[in-house]
Amino acid sequence: MDGSPVAVMIYFQGVSKSFGRHRVLDELDLHIERGKITFIIGKSGEGKSVTIKHIMGLLKPDKGRIIVDGSDIAEFSRDEARSYRRHFGMLFQHAALFDSMTVLDNILFPLREHTMMSTKDMLVRADEVMEQTGVRQLRGQFPGELSTGEKKRVGLARALVAKPSVLLYDEPTTGMDPLISEMIDQLIVEVSQKETGITSIVISHDLKAAMATSDQIVFLYKGKAALSGPPDDFRQSQDPVIRQFFAGKVEGPMEFL
Amino acid sequence: MVRLPWLARTAFNKIRTQAEQVGAFLLFLAEIAQQALRLPFRRHEIFRQIEFVGNQSLMIILLTGFATGAVFGLQIGGIFTIFRAEGIIGGATGIALSTELAPLVTGFLLAGRAGSAMTAEISTMVVNEQVDALEAMGISPIHYLVVPRVLASMFIMPFLCGLFMFAGIAGVWMIGRLLFNVDEGIFMDKLISMVQSTDIIKGLRKMFFFSFIISATSCRYGLNASKGAKGVGLATTNAVVHTLLLILVMDFMITWMEVRWLS
Repeated sequence: MDGSPVAVMIYFQGVSKSFGRHRVLDELDLHIERGKITFIIGKSGEGKSVTIKHIMGLLKPDKGRIIVDGSDIAEFSRDEARSYRRHFGMLFQHAALFDSMTVLDNILFPLREHTMMSTKDMLVRADEVMEQTGVRQLRGQFPGELSTGEKKRVGLARALVAKPSVLLYDEPTTGMDPLISEMIDQLIVEVSQKETGITSIVISHDLKAAMATSDQIVFLYKGKAALSGPPDDFRQSQDPVIRQFFAGKVEGPMEFL
Repeated sequence: MVRLPWLARTAFNKIRTQAEQVGAFLLFLAEIAQQALRLPFRRHEIFRQIEFVGNQSLMIILLTGFATGAVFGLQIGGIFTIFRAEGIIGGATGIALSTELAPLVTGFLLAGRAGSAMTAEISTMVVNEQVDALEAMGISPIHYLVVPRVLASMFIMPFLCGLFMFAGIAGVWMIGRLLFNVDEGIFMDKLISMVQSTDIIKGLRKMFFFSFIISATSCRYGLNASKGAKGVGLATTNAVVHTLLLILVMDFMITWMEVRWLS
């Protein structure tokens, strides 16, 4: 990791965020590298989703700066934040597909909303991402007719279609069987390899996937990044909290609220 | 610091919470107005909502309008017969329908039929993270979900109110003819001479404002639904109750202004 401004895509500088009396992020410093797969892990309630919402400009920090591609997004107006978010793709935990639209219409939705592409060009692009995620045969179906794994793949196709520079995955394998989890993990890697320059940020509890697929792991604990580095750093860490999380033990120094 | 008694503090907190909610609702209405002026103009979604609110509420509006006119005719017909004034049954019902009954009952019906469906649909989208998905794609949920529903409601609900009036007149005509033997010519003559075009305009104007309240309140409760199993049901119930209350408050205010200034 060279840490140069060009390599760093997203930079949190002393970011704090509280909800009522509960401080979720506490002077958080972290950086996420461009074109890499970064896993943000930590136990429930440690601020993983809050971190992602800050990256997307859906939440503003109480204190600190969030620099994305050189701009402090905390200073964006609501309209600026909306147009900034068009550079993101997001795969939601439950895919969040629009029930009233077919798979194809769901995938075309971001293009229809944000581009002036012709229908023919939109269909060509939709075909590309459907091929990539293996959902071409589902194009005429409605989300209610799909399995959980199929919904995730369609959600990923929708997230990819507008060629985002940052792709966010919110617990992509939670509640899924090992085979589908493996398939989703493979898709994350494939997307990162095929879509050159795309920065992938994954929120997950899945340590196995984090170790196998990530370039960088950020471990959140008590509102701070207790560790940020490649999987080997995490594996070799002697920090008792990290060892406890890695071993999945209840006994240890980690506090459960 | 002076320590307020428990009751005073509770009352103060309640009032403050209510004031905050009113303020948030007014800001929401302002944002609807702001977003309505923005492109793209979602023509297809507006037509879809017009079909949903208009076409799918048509039968219930016609049936209720007919029944309301018939029942009102029955009630006043009995009284008018004492004074041998059955002939004005149509005119009297027409005035009551056009100025008050039609907008109020249509408003209540549409709040229950269309407004609750809007809240349920949007709150389900909130629970299923579809509204978050819109935000994540840089699309304003107010522009995409709320503005088309509000515009469609403001366009079609006054039409439905007009149909309610028409169905109500048909109902009272049937009662007048069948039960009170009112001559058709006298019925129509009194109806036309007693019901002024301004009475109809007053009713439609009320419905225009009610339609904004119905759609905006329903959408707001939908967007603010809490995530969880109870979220959709609670949002829908609260939306209907508050919409009905707001309709009554607005009805009083509009009538008061009409009586005080416009007449």
